[in-house]
Amino acid sequence: MIRYPRRRLLQAGAAFAGATAFGFPAIVRAQAEKMRIGHLTPLTGFLGVIGSYAQLGVKLAAEEINASGGILGKPIDLLSEDSINPATAATKAQRMLEQDGAVVLLGEISSASSLTIMQVAERNKKVFFSTGARSDALRGKNCNKYSFHCDIPNTVMVNAVGTALSQKGMVKGKKFFTLTADYIFGHDLLKAAKTFFGAHEANLIGDELIATDVTDFSPYLLKVRQAKPDVVCCNLAGNQVTNLVKQYAEFGFPYPLVGFNLNTGDAWAAGAGNLSGTWPTVWYHTLANPTSQAFVAAFTKKYGKPPENHAWIDYITLKLLAEAINTTKSTDSGELIAYFEKQAQFDIGKTRKAYFRSWDHQLVQEAYPFTVKPKDQMKDQWDMLVLGDVVPAANDALETIYPTREQNPCEMKA
Amino acid sequence: MQFEFLLEQVVNGLVLGGYYLLIALGLSLIFSVGGIVNLAHGAFYALGAYVCVELTKRVGFGASVVISPFVVALLGILFERFILRRFYTADPILSLLVTFGLAMVAEQAIRMIWGAAPVSTEIPQSFRGSVIVGDFLFSRYRLLILAVVAAMLLGIWLLLQKTSFGRVVRAGIQRPDMVAALGIRLQPYMTAVVMLGVGMAALGGAFFAPITTVHPAMGAEIMTVAFVVVVIGGLGSFWGVVISALLVGVVRGITIHFEPAAGEASIYVLMFLVLLVRPRGLLGERIEKFE
Repeated sequence: MIRYPRRRLLQAGAAFAGATAFGFPAIVRAQAEKMRIGHLTPLTGFLGVIGSYAQLGVKLAAEEINASGGILGKPIDLLSEDSINPATAATKAQRMLEQDGAVVLLGEISSASSLTIMQVAERNKKVFFSTGARSDALRGKNCNKYSFHCDIPNTVMVNAVGTALSQKGMVKGKKFFTLTADYIFGHDLLKAAKTFFGAHEANLIGDELIATDVTDFSPYLLKVRQAKPDVVCCNLAGNQVTNLVKQYAEFGFPYPLVGFNLNTGDAWAAGAGNLSGTWPTVWYHTLANPTSQAFVAAFTKKYGKPPENHAWIDYITLKLLAEAINTTKSTDSGELIAYFEKQAQFDIGKTRKAYFRSWDHQLVQEAYPFTVKPKDQMKDQWDMLVLGDVVPAANDALETIYPTREQNPCEMKA
Repeated sequence: MQFEFLLEQVVNGLVLGGYYLLIALGLSLIFSVGGIVNLAHGAFYALGAYVCVELTKRVGFGASVVISPFVVALLGILFERFILRRFYTADPILSLLVTFGLAMVAEQAIRMIWGAAPVSTEIPQSFRGSVIVGDFLFSRYRLLILAVVAAMLLGIWLLLQKTSFGRVVRAGIQRPDMVAALGIRLQPYMTAVVMLGVGMAALGGAFFAPITTVHPAMGAEIMTVAFVVVVIGGLGSFWGVVISALLVGVVRGITIHFEPAAGEASIYVLMFLVLLVRPRGLLGERIEKFE
């Protein structure tokens, strides 16, 4: 047994007592003077790569906000952690609100994790901004008044790509084979895709549900070949998209590969010679817009690489949240919700300003289809994509590509 | 037609099994010789992929696939000399802890050197596309991998069975005390086996770099299936691991043919069933020093 001299024990005890008497209130006061904000995003697993971009984006936003005086004069104390999986995400969200004193939560890419955080936010009556989750169900049958949704939903992605494919004559009368992620996001995306195919006289001749831990797609690709479709459609997420794109290029099938979901981080990871086809995106770093380009410059200067779309969406979400709190001069959930439900307009670095739709809390904004640049025209490894025409077109209302009240079963409880 | 499709999945499963073999065989060899379950084995697979991507920018893909396993095997010398060697006779839990820790350190080191975002490389044009043999479709690139794995397998088998090196290693697996009594130092042989094992893992990483996401956590991803293969085959059994790797690939392929959503779960069900009937694995040997 280790024995400590009595004098040292007394000294340590006195020091602890002193710290408690004098230091602790100061520490508590210091914490109270900060605006604590909780951020959760997957940093591991199949969404970990794009999640790490989201974390870089939100950190940059916090630094910029702090440099310009903080929120209501207080610096942001950002707690940013790996959400890991839906159960852990909920536990961490609860801890951030209950123990760490976070006034608001934001983040997440996985629709399954976002759903559990939404439930925690509702229980604690705190606002949560789901930045990267795309399932229609989150802003549909699972919606709640404390949750806001920043990324474009599955229906918009399907509409963006579907419109571009229709213009190329690749939908009507064509046979589609889909590969779908086997969790809430994928199921939801498939549902939106089926609705689109039905409305545009396309035939879905095969669909494979794929577990999120699959890295080798060769058995599925054999099934694609056996079905002989006209178009193969990817409804996967995260680095599964990258793996599929690479292996599809490996097998060299003649059927064009398109997708209803792709993040630019996954496109970069696939590499220039592997990616082809038409895909949707919510944002790309070459977008010619002063707000976007200022963000791209700051991000590239700080991190030495351009931002991915999840970096952008977490960045703008914290920025618009700061704007909302500064405008309402309150962190009260009721006041913030009322402010956003007035459909306040925000500059998010696109041609048209965005707003949260009052009845489903969806951030209504422009989207883009994209194709892949020929390799010899790329300026660098990041310059891979060619954005198509903005969706909806400039003379159409923004909401035309979003689910209508009739299509969306969202009912907010008071 | 249905039967032909099924057969196509079986053949594709065998090809995939060959790839699993590259990672699992080294894991099994290191366990056999040193009694160490190397949880850091996946890190060498990841390093093989990263070194290959890096070298491809300078010397092209073909040369990189050859060089990167040797580069990683050299790291294997350091790994054996300064880490594993201290744990051959220690409590197994210590080697589990140290290799688990090393796997995490390696993942973070990769993150610090190459960043968290994935890096990418491509298959050379000459190996892209498919070959149709009879009714079967093969990826040209995977056929290349299968040919290399088959050649390596033959080489390793000859090395272990037909050379004095192999005799010492095999004797060392069963009775290291007797080998020592004959005046043979086992340590250089252990170093060589670790080099061989991690080199094979690195070759797997290099081969798969163009067709999978090369990211810092890729080593952890491959370890699960590598362990399943080794456990089904039987720890320490050369042919057990070979049969198991092929079996795992085939079972996965057949399951995906009939019930795609259960594809990944099927290999764990297979492991469960094998362990239920043969807890030692398919061809697991009785190794005296572990009894």
